[in-house]
Amino acid sequence: MHPGIALGCLIAETAMHITAQQILVFVGKAAHSIQTQRDYLTDLDAAIGDADHGINLDRGFSAVLIRLPDVADQDIGTILKTVGTTLVSTIGGASGPLYGTAFLRAGMTVAGRFTLSPEELVVALEAAMLGIQTRGKSMRGEKTMLDALAPAIDTLKATLASGDDLPIALCKSVNACETGMRSTIPMLATKGRASYLGERSIGHQDPGATSMFLLAQALLDTLDT
Amino acid sequence: MKKLINTPDHLLHDALAGLAAAHGDILTVRFNPDLVVRNDAPVANKVALIAGGGAGHEPLHTGFVGRGMLDAACPGAIFTAPVPDQIFAATKSVHSGQGVLYLVKNYTGDTLNFEFAAEMAELADIEVATVLIHDDVAVQDSLYTAGRRGVGLTLLLEKIVGAAAEAGADLATCQQLAAQISAHGRSMGMALTSCTVPHHGKPTFELPADEFELGIGIHGEPGRQRAKMASAAAIAEQLALPIIADLPFQAGDEVLALVNGMGATPLIELYVMYNELRQILNGHGITITRRLVGNYITALDMAGCSFTLLKLDPQLTTLWDAPVCTPALRWGV
Repeated sequence: MHPGIALGCLIAETAMHITAQQILVFVGKAAHSIQTQRDYLTDLDAAIGDADHGINLDRGFSAVLIRLPDVADQDIGTILKTVGTTLVSTIGGASGPLYGTAFLRAGMTVAGRFTLSPEELVVALEAAMLGIQTRGKSMRGEKTMLDALAPAIDTLKATLASGDDLPIALCKSVNACETGMRSTIPMLATKGRASYLGERSIGHQDPGATSMFLLAQALLDTLDT
Repeated sequence: MKKLINTPDHLLHDALAGLAAAHGDILTVRFNPDLVVRNDAPVANKVALIAGGGAGHEPLHTGFVGRGMLDAACPGAIFTAPVPDQIFAATKSVHSGQGVLYLVKNYTGDTLNFEFAAEMAELADIEVATVLIHDDVAVQDSLYTAGRRGVGLTLLLEKIVGAAAEAGADLATCQQLAAQISAHGRSMGMALTSCTVPHHGKPTFELPADEFELGIGIHGEPGRQRAKMASAAAIAEQLALPIIADLPFQAGDEVLALVNGMGATPLIELYVMYNELRQILNGHGITITRRLVGNYITALDMAGCSFTLLKLDPQLTTLWDAPVCTPALRWGV
């Protein structure tokens, strides 16, 4: 399966908080999704990069799965920080420091917490995004993972503010994430390896935005089950 | 895919084990994290030089570890920048108290991981400085790119700064020298074929029989443009003229010329290209006073070549000529 089948927002259950247990499930689902889509991500990278995005993320998330049992009874901050340090230590390339920093920064905002309110989730995601922006010296519109993450956070905030429950808000957010991922296709890459191609980067979906969408989808799947 | 490998997962390990077995008189290989360190490290009273980057560019960087060049190299997975833990472990292994200089090719992954490692070193009170190498004229250094890539100049810089460090230059001097080399060296590459990343199992891109890629990097990625296949003389012009115009190199300049193979091009063709380059430079009144022809910064099994020119002065020439003892560069010893 290729990611990107439009998601219908058909979630009935109301869940107001995310638990540490659900974060563990999310990380497991993310690892599984990356593994399943490994070749697809790598093929996307072959078009405008160096054909290793899926391979590298799979190596990192496989290492995370090995570490996860050690923090199974820990708080969400510890879990996320463990994911972050493991990704930094095992992925390499640009995606290692970027995804690693994202999880580390998100983890720092929720240290000691065993449940997260929707607002706390937003704060964690914003910290993750700021981490990626700072580490990567990048912003929206440069054909990167930020083009999937930023609209997802915007939508999550807006729809929560309008009174939606978390599962509905997250569903809309993931739809925005997918739209953001697709919006990278016509973009000219100005950051990362794809920028070396100049105009030839246009017409290809960004691999980083795609893996970001897979993570968002994994979070939604977690709340949906 | 036909390759002399056991499995893609074991490729790097097996290659490093082979490097250690072949060159144990010069270097030591450590695993988890993977490092190649010169045998006599840390060398007392010497600035330590560390380079790193994805594997697949051999002999860069692991083949350039040894006296007169690198103190340590950190190989990442194929075409993937090494992780900070590796770089930090190398830093601890080779620093002698005189500081550590990171020589980093300007790619997003490399700069981010070395930046991370430098933060770890700072926390451990190890003085670290970083030099970015960005010599590829095929990429415009602008707001619209990640900046110029580090390619052929990397090995010239590692050799020359390595000689200075061996002779006792301090960290600031080594850093200035590296900046001077960066300012006076330029490169451009081309590919006749893409390469096959073992984990990927198929060529990164396909090229029609009558076309080549101009302005490639060293990761099998497509270049800036495709061009119709032409004679060695015509292709040499397409590589050399942008390099000459960029610095610009001028009549009367003396240069070090590197004609580098991308991995699958036979030496006989590299010498054809060297001959063409020499004639083009002669026509511009530029003299090659030092040269290197061979496969030094490769992209696995990519066919093609790159040119690098470095404007020399007496100091750079002396440092280039200084003894070096590594698996891939060895003279004066």
